[in-house]
Amino acid sequence: MARPRTYETEGVVLRQMPLGEADRILTLFTPDRGKLRVVAKGVRRPKSRLAGHLEPLTRARVSVREGRSLDHVGEAETLRSYRRLREDLKLVSKGIYLADLIDSFTVDQSPSTALFDVLVGSLAWLESASGVEEALRYFEVQLLHVSGFGPELRNCVECRSALKPSPYGFCAAAGGILCAGCGASAKGSLIPLSVNAIKLLRFFQREPPAAVAGFVAPSRVLQEAAWALRGHITYVLERDLKSARFMNLVAAAAPRRKPIAI
Amino acid sequence: MTTRRYSAAEPVGQLVEELHKLPGIGPKTAQRLTYHLVRMPRDDAMRLADAILAVKDRIVLCSQCYNITETDPCPLCSGPTRDRTRICVVEEALDVVALERTGVYTGLYHVLHGVISPMNGIGPDELKIRPLLDRLKGGGVREVILATNPNLEGEATSMYVHNLIAPLGVKVTRPARGLPVGGDLEYADEVTLSRAIEGRQSM
Repeated sequence: MARPRTYETEGVVLRQMPLGEADRILTLFTPDRGKLRVVAKGVRRPKSRLAGHLEPLTRARVSVREGRSLDHVGEAETLRSYRRLREDLKLVSKGIYLADLIDSFTVDQSPSTALFDVLVGSLAWLESASGVEEALRYFEVQLLHVSGFGPELRNCVECRSALKPSPYGFCAAAGGILCAGCGASAKGSLIPLSVNAIKLLRFFQREPPAAVAGFVAPSRVLQEAAWALRGHITYVLERDLKSARFMNLVAAAAPRRKPIAI
Repeated sequence: MTTRRYSAAEPVGQLVEELHKLPGIGPKTAQRLTYHLVRMPRDDAMRLADAILAVKDRIVLCSQCYNITETDPCPLCSGPTRDRTRICVVEEALDVVALERTGVYTGLYHVLHGVISPMNGIGPDELKIRPLLDRLKGGGVREVILATNPNLEGEATSMYVHNLIAPLGVKVTRPARGLPVGGDLEYADEVTLSRAIEGRQSM
């Protein structure tokens, strides 16, 4: 039987690249088809019916026509625009970081409803602008976990002994936490983790998005978790994310101002 | 090196390859253009070649607004009738052409030569943001219009530039966002539509 030539799906636009005169190649992350690269014709023209619906970090329902090499978007309708997120420079830089992470950790057309839920849950959490750092850490932990790169948080990665509740070191090269004995003889650099930071990472690894939204953690604990996760992500990807650099640059700049839009 | 496809002669293949490097030119279009150029009278081809060389040899960036120009400062920066209290910041030199076509804006420009695009590795340092701040510190400018594209990266760039300009006490504006002329309300996305309603004007 011939495959249907059009299909409908929903997705979050991760990134876009200009193509030809007025078109774009978009990278969407969808629950049922995973990461998808599609062409949006004429989307750069002001009168395009698609334009506003296919901006990066928009969750949209799209109708897609199969093409010879890349599929083409026929129709698009915004499901959620995360408008408050995109009108705040700090939040948008974090949203772009999430999109960059998803793009870096996934391969084309490998579906993951769990990861999609984590992405839209984290974007909504970011947009609420409360617990912004928590949202980032939750997303990082879940992304690593779902994509199979999750750090070992219960046993020592070297000797496999169960961890007792005391401060340990996180070793990105080993892929998790080292017990005191193995930590002392570790070759890679260790990132110190307090008991509370380990608990936070375990909690974030275990819970679905609905259970953690709005969760608030002490900033010291978040900072420790951030260092460990950043080290782990950089080790797995073997590179620094440019979007992380921009996010840090914006975060370090002057205090937040009211958005200039409107 | 990539495998070169069959071509009638070496120079033909070379031209196809060069044209293929241009934005929006696929392999088929590159071939079609090449065979058109082969049939073209020599004089026409020479004019094309000269025009390409001229933009490379005679065009510079204006030292004030970074627009592409043959004379530095460019005709817009040195124009006696331009309003020197306003600077319109745009992403590309082509945007200046589009705005000039309207005939409505009479101030000066500043071309950033790109837009902040963290995912494509383009940060603020790759753009002409620093020279803009230097221009503003020179004084005399009362308003900066941030006319980057109304998309995610354009907005982010504008917000970033705005944060840097704000301490200088210059008024910063953004062109209105709303419904395109000749457009259709039902196809407008919610952000465009809500901004259009928020920015409505009395008749």
